[in-house]
Amino acid sequence: MAQTSQKPSRYAEVLLGVVLLVVVVAFVFWMFASQVLPGLAPVAAQGAGLARPSDLLFYLIAAVAIVAGAGVAFSRSIIYAALSLLAALLAIGALFIYLNADYVAVSQLLVYVGGVLVLILFAVMLTSKIGDKAHTNPSTGVLPGIGLTVALIAVLGYVAAKSPWISQPNAITPAQTARTIGDLFLKEYLLPFEVASLVLLATLIGAVVIARKEMKE
Amino acid sequence: MLAPGLAHFLVVGAVLFALGTYTVITRTNAVGILLGVELILNAANVNFVAFQRFNPSPLLTGQVFSLFVIVLAAAEAAVALAIVLAIFMTVKTIDVTQSSTLKE
Repeated sequence: MAQTSQKPSRYAEVLLGVVLLVVVVAFVFWMFASQVLPGLAPVAAQGAGLARPSDLLFYLIAAVAIVAGAGVAFSRSIIYAALSLLAALLAIGALFIYLNADYVAVSQLLVYVGGVLVLILFAVMLTSKIGDKAHTNPSTGVLPGIGLTVALIAVLGYVAAKSPWISQPNAITPAQTARTIGDLFLKEYLLPFEVASLVLLATLIGAVVIARKEMKE
Repeated sequence: MLAPGLAHFLVVGAVLFALGTYTVITRTNAVGILLGVELILNAANVNFVAFQRFNPSPLLTGQVFSLFVIVLAAAEAAVALAIVLAIFMTVKTIDVTQSSTLKE
């Protein structure tokens, strides 16, 4: 009974996803043919000899970040998803170093990789029964999700690639970043800085209270 | 075209954001949804730092913003995981399609 009532909605879901996917793929093809191909010819004429090793390093790091992000999105096991998030966070930290943001990169390493990820792994260990089921990370509505993802990538990528951004390199060298950030935190952004410390205190107390209430029970 | 400029970083951020959105939409495991949220926050951070890097003004406001994002993401993760633990103790599952009540 439940299955028969579920079948039509499942079909409608699949149909909606297929239609969305077709529309999005058609849009991407149109965009590729009309916008990207004309611009590609001069670049191919210039040759690939222009690529420096540091540029190739950027593409390598970006590929690692995107593949690891896809691992978070598509992995069947929650442990694999968490470890993919570790790889993605490390690659994003490498991107920060590439962008001369060494202080942010170190914060990313300390706070995310050292703190948040360990917290997530603890939550995984405490909640799901690992080895109970083959996949602990079930998903629902995959096709509409993929359609939305492709549409988001197409639209945001189009905007990012086609907008006339101001693009002049910042004059600040890596040696100055920590000093400048410290100045900003203690001058312009003193109030948000203090509010952030209050938020952290409230978080500390709140997390302890929420998790402890259940332990007594 | 080959040397990475602002657009390259923005595209990486857009792809990470879309993957995070997909994770948040499709997962039914609450911890999996949190992983997607972390991915989205990191995509926003990539955009902040990239815009700061390619902005000629000699200020580091973009990096300060991304530091605030990191701090608040840590706070969010701590509270959200505590709530996930509380839900697991109460409902005995963290499947978000099955735990739709706030108390037993």
